Amino acid sequence: PGEAVPPRQGSYNAAIADQTANLAIRGLLLFLIGVFLALVLNLLQVQRNVTLFPPDGFASIFSSAWWVPPCCGTASAVIGLLYPCIDRLLGEPHKFKREWSSVMRCVAVFVGINHASAKVDFANNVQLSLTLAALSIGLWWTFDRSCSGLGLGFAIAFLATLTTQLLVYNGLFQYTSPDFLYVRSWLPCIFFAGVITMGSIGRQLAMYEYKVVQEKTHQD
Amino acid sequence: MTVREKLRQKISAGFYWHGLLCASYPVPIILFTAVCILTCCYPLLKLPLPGTGPVEFTTGVRDYMVPPQEPSGDPGERPDWYRGPPVAYIQQVLVKAAVSPWDNRLVPVDAFRSPLGRVFSLLDEIRNHVHSDSSGVRSLEALCLQVTDLLPGLRRMQALLPEHGCLLVSPGNYWQNQRELFDSDPDLLRTVQQYEPKGLHTSATLKDLLFGVHGKQTGVSLNSRNRVVTYTITMALRHYDVRFLGSLRSRLKQLHPSANCSLREEHMVHVHFKEEIGVAELIPLVTTYIILFAYIYFSTRKIDMVKSKWGLALAAVVTVLSSLLMSVGLCTLFGLTPTLNGGEIFPYLVVVIGLENVLVLTKSVVSTPVDLEVKLRIAQGLSNESWSIMKNMATELCIILIGYFTLVPAIQEFCLFAVVGLVSDFFLQMLFFTTVLSIDIRRMELADLNRRLPAEAGMPPAKPGPLRPRETPPPPRPSPHTITLQTPAFRNLRLPKRLRVVYFLARTRLAQRIIMAGTVIWIGILLYTDPAGLRTYLAAQVSEQSPLGGAGLPHLAVAPVFPGGDPTGTLNVLPQADPTPALSENLSQGHAPPGISWGPEDEEGWRRLSYRHWPSFFSYYNITLAKRYISILPVIPVTFHVTPREALETRHPQDTRHAPPLQTDPSPNALPHGAPVQTDLTLYKVAALGLAAGVLLVLLLFCLYRLLCPRNYGQNGVQHGRRRRGDLPCDDYGYSPPVSEISPLLLRGHNMDIECLASDGMLLASCCLAGQIRVWDAQTGDCLTVIPNHGLRRCSSSGGWEHRDGWDAGAVTDLETLGGAEGQDAGGAGYPVRRRAAPSRPTLFGDQPDLTALIDTSFGQQPPSQAPSASSGFDFGGLVERAYLEHEPSVSPVFSAPPPQPVQRRRSLGDQPMAPTDWDSAVWALELRGNLIAAGRSSGKLEVCLWDAVEGSLRCSNEDGVSGITALAFLNNRIVAARLNGSLDFFTVDINKPLGLLQYRGGPGRGSMPPSPCYSSDDVISCQLTRSVQCAHQKPITVLRAAAGRVVTGSQDHTVRVYRLEDSCCLFTLQGHSGGITAIYIDQTMVLASGGQDGAICLWDVLTGSRVSHVYGHRGDVTSLVCTTSCVISSGLDDLICIWDRSTGIKLYSIQQVLGCGASFGVISDSLLVTGGQGCVSFWDLNFGDLLQTVYLGASSEGQGVRQLVVLDNAAIVCDFGSELSLVYVPSVLEKLD
Repeated sequence: PGEAVPPRQGSYNAAIADQTANLAIRGLLLFLIGVFLALVLNLLQVQRNVTLFPPDGFASIFSSAWWVPPCCGTASAVIGLLYPCIDRLLGEPHKFKREWSSVMRCVAVFVGINHASAKVDFANNVQLSLTLAALSIGLWWTFDRSCSGLGLGFAIAFLATLTTQLLVYNGLFQYTSPDFLYVRSWLPCIFFAGVITMGSIGRQLAMYEYKVVQEKTHQD
Repeated sequence: MTVREKLRQKISAGFYWHGLLCASYPVPIILFTAVCILTCCYPLLKLPLPGTGPVEFTTGVRDYMVPPQEPSGDPGERPDWYRGPPVAYIQQVLVKAAVSPWDNRLVPVDAFRSPLGRVFSLLDEIRNHVHSDSSGVRSLEALCLQVTDLLPGLRRMQALLPEHGCLLVSPGNYWQNQRELFDSDPDLLRTVQQYEPKGLHTSATLKDLLFGVHGKQTGVSLNSRNRVVTYTITMALRHYDVRFLGSLRSRLKQLHPSANCSLREEHMVHVHFKEEIGVAELIPLVTTYIILFAYIYFSTRKIDMVKSKWGLALAAVVTVLSSLLMSVGLCTLFGLTPTLNGGEIFPYLVVVIGLENVLVLTKSVVSTPVDLEVKLRIAQGLSNESWSIMKNMATELCIILIGYFTLVPAIQEFCLFAVVGLVSDFFLQMLFFTTVLSIDIRRMELADLNRRLPAEAGMPPAKPGPLRPRETPPPPRPSPHTITLQTPAFRNLRLPKRLRVVYFLARTRLAQRIIMAGTVIWIGILLYTDPAGLRTYLAAQVSEQSPLGGAGLPHLAVAPVFPGGDPTGTLNVLPQADPTPALSENLSQGHAPPGISWGPEDEEGWRRLSYRHWPSFFSYYNITLAKRYISILPVIPVTFHVTPREALETRHPQDTRHAPPLQTDPSPNALPHGAPVQTDLTLYKVAALGLAAGVLLVLLLFCLYRLLCPRNYGQNGVQHGRRRRGDLPCDDYGYSPPVSEISPLLLRGHNMDIECLASDGMLLASCCLAGQIRVWDAQTGDCLTVIPNHGLRRCSSSGGWEHRDGWDAGAVTDLETLGGAEGQDAGGAGYPVRRRAAPSRPTLFGDQPDLTALIDTSFGQQPPSQAPSASSGFDFGGLVERAYLEHEPSVSPVFSAPPPQPVQRRRSLGDQPMAPTDWDSAVWALELRGNLIAAGRSSGKLEVCLWDAVEGSLRCSNEDGVSGITALAFLNNRIVAARLNGSLDFFTVDINKPLGLLQYRGGPGRGSMPPSPCYSSDDVISCQLTRSVQCAHQKPITVLRAAAGRVVTGSQDHTVRVYRLEDSCCLFTLQGHSGGITAIYIDQTMVLASGGQDGAICLWDVLTGSRVSHVYGHRGDVTSLVCTTSCVISSGLDDLICIWDRSTGIKLYSIQQVLGCGASFGVISDSLLVTGGQGCVSFWDLNFGDLLQTVYLGASSEGQGVRQLVVLDNAAIVCDFGSELSLVYVPSVLEKLD
């Protein structure tokens, strides 16, 4: 995310260095959150087919390919930095429900969507995909309500689904359930909800920087 | 639109009335709500407890029928899980084998090699058993549970567990059920042990699985006590066939009869397993809960402006939780049994229901006008938010309704729950939370009222006059307002919430008690319902550990069958007999083998296995037992006796190598040691683990403690309780901050209350109501000089002077002579004395002139009581006289310039006491710089007097003024005096050092002082009025401060003026207060703050004269102001010290002071605040508002409040207690400074 230009550019070097450090910290935080969520949510998906006693509990955390969590982490870092950046390019920062409790609620709903997709037995895949789509759109409406968020969400979800499908076709990645349709209906909604969630976190983190910058300009 | 508007109005009105109702009858409504919650939660009692232990149900074998799928008939007898066929029937063949009689030639390995070898023939028998009758031919193959595949993760066990075919396991699986492999195995023990996991483990191991009995019971070890090998052949059957099993049982019994076997074989035990939550399943759950708590935390953090944040947050959480419980209870009541895992959906429900409404309500109520009645505030707040609340509620209901039509059962159930939860949440918000909020608001108003009262009580008539009485006598104790008695409580208000919670927990030991009670109740319930067979387990444990041990019981069972023996006789003997092989060998020659015995504990040997034995056994084949059950059939006992010869024949050549020399001699002592050693080892492991856990816990608690209490209270070598005086401020919480070894120096000498204090860090000057000025050494507390009031001379006429001389016993000198004789000295001009925060605000008291007269009389009568010892004092008289004579010529030219000097000089020379009118005045302002004291007096003719602080000689004075000096500032070589009539006088002090000067001073040498004043006693000091600004202010000047080349004055005319010190030019007139200025602060960094009678505090930019910020902080006057780099500290007549953030103007916190000590505080460093209290001073951490320490100043000053407080350079604190001063020198404070 090199396009994340500091908002009030370079009156002096210290501020720039400060903002770069800030950016790095934000990126790292987002990366860690992404990795964590990827591990946990993967676990949820794995459990769908697991019996009462999985052979060894902790090993199943890493049951997927090793590169999946880092990829998710990187993607979430990029998304989390991209959102505030686009906000800035479009004008003012995102103001709707900008507080941590709301972000936490968003994360909880995201985990809930995953939980539902993993644990609830749906009659058919159409139903599953419709439910998930409704839930994802609801998530966006409740916590985001910005056009940029919606557009970015759609775009990234589309790209991610495409990438995943390519990976699956090339045999680099496999699902526990071989049902192709199942995968296709399930994936974009989860991606979309994930993008919205990570964007929300990223915006909230950027809020701090924004405030700090504002205060600084006040003091100066 | 009109419909909408109408609806909106109706809703608003409804909420308004509801709010009125809630605020009017809080207690009945809360009680009603509690009853509702309890009623709705009542059905929850029927729900099973969350325990994961298996549940058992026993039926008879004889009339066993596979239970029907649908529950029918008496539900009380059968548990509801007992439906349909079980996953499997477990049939165990329990084999006990022993070599008997034991032979000395045998090695320990022989004890289990040939008995284990028997398993193969037995397996063959079982496999090949065929039962044929009229209904057909049945074999085990037809009945048993066919398994297909091991779990892919278990490749390691592939060779050991049957991969397809019958699920039949035995120890023979170790050797692939092949006798040849067994015979050729050189080390049986190693084969058995190599699959055991290392370290501690709780789940079933492979050894348990294959042997089918608990590891300790098998007897397969080199030092087995009784050399009986026990194992089982376990088979899982799909179908229950009575006849086949009966024939198998009778066949095995016939082939291998077990003598004296008295096992009852009539009960079949069905074991039901609940769903067990693995670690992997817990992780997402834990994650959702973490997110939930973060959500709750971030939400409740927003609650603000209420009396008790914690209380309201708790109420909010209680609202949400009880609404969830209510919804579950209601759903259960109406027959909707919750099939969802409650713990999993709970966080999502909370998130759906949310805390938003609660927060919105709080915010709305808080933002209503404060002066309204509580009832009306609540009602208004409710009705303001009613529309949005209803709208949100409707939206949520719609969303849930949509969810309900997804027709997915799980989602439908969730939606149903959510609807009920939402409705009950709304109910609780409206009734419970609103009421709690009204109570809270009322409490806050009460607290506000309480806080306001003392301020009004302290100063009832003070307001009207432009000049408040400077000296309020210590407030009368039995004040009409009993509020003053609650001072400790007020102090407690200051403690941070965090500490208060911790203290509360510590005092009540709440957490401990709750945990203890919870544990006891939990264990009680578990024992009562006995889901995990705890009772039997405990019983087994007890019997195992009893001194009789496992050996005692078998013998009891064996005893009756001894041929010819008297049963009772043997019974008497045997229990005491040592169960050594030697003894048993003697007893049982040619009869039943020694060790093999069947007791009741063999009946259900599987009970001693881990309760996860069966689930893990089946999970290897991907069969889950969760929410299902298995039926365990009674065991088939089989006994093998192996003769020593057989044992020798089957011996492997390498077996003898393992024979330890000790074991070859089966002495009674040697053998019984092995087993305890082994059991002890586990004990040690457990102990070590416990120890490690304990250490970890201690470390964790330590870290927690460091987090919660970052200050190191107990350090600095401070000891507790040595200096305990009175109540410490935190006593209510059971915690007392350590009282350190600070011994305050008491500076006594003044007879009247002290009203002015000045200090330059090294010296301290004080002036009492009587006008007596005393100079003290700030480090030692010695009184250096006493400068008596000249009024004395008038009262006690001629004799008074001698009395005074002796009475003070110090360096008292004849001021008249000195003042005139010494004249003007010369010396360096600038004193690099940095001005420190001087909170001693010289307020005025022109209203009380008669008080001074009163003082004078009492003063005059005292001297005779003190022994006159004129000789003890340092006699300056002679020296001064000589000095005067010598220097007289050099003085005269200087005197010509300042007009007042000749007057003074004339008087002195005339050897006459001054005219009484000149000195009939009190000192209103006092300043000390270097060795010079500047005093401003109150009387009609006013003068600035300069005294030599050490010698007490009047160096010069200036009597230009006509109006009383209300304030003085002494900066560099300039003195600024503010007068009652609003004029401002600038004086310059010139110090001329004459050449060829003799040093007379022999008094206390003060050369070591760092900012030493640069003149000596014989310098000529002149004080010239350089400029007088006649109309600086319209009204009396109340405050005067000087720093950084600026002089700032504050006046009753609501303005602040800034003058330049050099040319006394008025730079700015700062307007912004709506009352008289009462406090000003300015320091070297040009920070200017002012406080007024309107309670407002303004921060100004001195360079531009613009107002930086403006806050209203106090009810009543702001009495004192100090700024640090980060914050502004103000005190007011409301006895509140407020700490503000300097940049934002946000109030950080406030400290409630004791009545009358409101203005007494000082800043020692940027992070240390000291406040005065009733007979004590308290130290606070400025950044966090934590009380660090309270120092009691002495028994005599217990009841008196600290009225003034001056911080000196060396971190000593001078407090003014009526007529005496206290010098507190705090070592720990110095450390804090670093």
